[in-house]
Amino acid sequence: MSCWQTIGDYAFRSIGIGERLLPRTDFTLCHQFTLIGSGLIWNLYFGVLALAVGFFLANAIAMAKAARNPWLRKPAEWFIFVFRGSPLFIQFFLAYEAFVLLPKAGFDVFGMTIHTSWMAKAWAGALFVLFLNTAAYSAEIFYGALRSIPKGDLEAADAYGLTGWNRFRRILWPTMLRLAWPAYTNEAIFLFHATTLVYFSGFPAFQQRGDSLYYAQYFADKTFNPFIPYPIVAVYFVCLTLLLIWVFGRVNRYLNRHLPANVRSRIRLRPQLIR
Amino acid sequence: MFASCADPSSLEGFGWLICYLTTGKHLGMYWSFLTVLVLLAVTAPTALLFGFGGAMAARSPILPVRLVGKGYTAMVRGIPDIVFFLFFVIVLDQSLEWTLHQIRCPEWTEPIRQGLEFRVCPQAKIPSGDAPQVYHQIYGFILAVITFSIVFGAFAANVLYGAMQAVPRAQLETAEAYGMSHRQVFRRILVPQMWVYALPGLSNLWMILIKATPLLFLLGVQDIVYWARELGGSKTTAYAYPHPDWRLYYFLFLLVFYLVMTRGSEIVLGRLSARLSQGQATMAGEAMRKATV
Repeated sequence: MSCWQTIGDYAFRSIGIGERLLPRTDFTLCHQFTLIGSGLIWNLYFGVLALAVGFFLANAIAMAKAARNPWLRKPAEWFIFVFRGSPLFIQFFLAYEAFVLLPKAGFDVFGMTIHTSWMAKAWAGALFVLFLNTAAYSAEIFYGALRSIPKGDLEAADAYGLTGWNRFRRILWPTMLRLAWPAYTNEAIFLFHATTLVYFSGFPAFQQRGDSLYYAQYFADKTFNPFIPYPIVAVYFVCLTLLLIWVFGRVNRYLNRHLPANVRSRIRLRPQLIR
Repeated sequence: MFASCADPSSLEGFGWLICYLTTGKHLGMYWSFLTVLVLLAVTAPTALLFGFGGAMAARSPILPVRLVGKGYTAMVRGIPDIVFFLFFVIVLDQSLEWTLHQIRCPEWTEPIRQGLEFRVCPQAKIPSGDAPQVYHQIYGFILAVITFSIVFGAFAANVLYGAMQAVPRAQLETAEAYGMSHRQVFRRILVPQMWVYALPGLSNLWMILIKATPLLFLLGVQDIVYWARELGGSKTTAYAYPHPDWRLYYFLFLLVFYLVMTRGSEIVLGRLSARLSQGQATMAGEAMRKATV
């Protein structure tokens, strides 16, 4: 069987397109690369969506944490504390158990039935957890950036008579984003790394449609040889990381475009392991 | 455990709960909390040692040593940690058994990798096939500790390398002017001063280490996650203490445990950092000096 045929059969195996049966014997390198790459679709799905939606919640929470009103500040502080203070692994387990306990038939609200069974599926439930988790981590980053906006910028805004929403939209928010961006890049990278936890924690893989690590473990279990599948995952993730750094670097350049070259903030990769 | 628990079916309410929470299996769960704490207590110093070695290697004037040090610290950056955790355990296990196989069974002719299987002679199995279950547990735990130490050592090496670079150059030059050798400068000036620079990074690492402990479950150790799943699952009336699916409450308890751990560490590390900043030529040290004047 040629490699092209394998790619045709298994490239979209993780989302249920193509051959249904996983290979059981004669694992070639091509099988491993194709299936693990196919699983990467899920990693991308979780990472991209959680980041995109989490960004907005993170902004809102950062603002709430910086607010003077304790009714806004306290819930934001607690939200950040709970999600940053506990392992993502436990959060996944907890969320899964909670979603399973939701009534199977759904809720009746004014005659309409809201179905809840899909929340226990990985594509929705795990995404929800990742979304809240990245929102909490990013909110802390944004809050820190908000606090380190130079005093002079604010005074200049006041001198120009900018107030309220205008002051926020034109001065506060862009500066906050610019200051937070290098740290936020790291957050994005490690969020993608964290997506490998999804199928290891409560959420079962439906019809063996898992993420890249799920397939890597499948191969490692079948062949008793970890030296091929795990390095393949590693290669894929290094590529993904490089791509992310490039994309976020472009945005960083855009955010810093008004500054002279020597004061622009550079993106540095900082280690942050498991959440 | 208590005498009143002899017949669980006759108990009700609070008494039932007391008896339920002190069954043999629950005591096993409480012991597993100790496992987590032991893991933290053993891994943290070991990882620090690994990190120290890595940072020293990365600063070495000899090129191959330097490359090894830099490679070690760069290794963990682009790759998800969990891949390392799954990878290292199998690699360690197989390499130990392979080495023992070479020593104990030199006349063994069959290949070790037979197609899809990894097969060594019975004498080289760790722990040996007839060993009691406890030894398997301990062996798994030791593998986990080594894996954690290697991965976290790489991160610690990163932090310590940065901290060594951050010690003001003037301090080292002064020491050299006093005629200290390289080794003396390193031991008497560099190492005592670097901790204040390393502390933020190391405390961050400690938090991450706490949050990484549930991964023990993935490595096959009977840790708190294992017990929470085991005990929380719904029990039919065939069991002494039947109850519906309570895993949610068990995991809530774990969540609270971790929140308490991280919050407690935050407070302790805050105090430690204040302590280390005393008399240092940093912003925090300066602020403290001004406060006392």
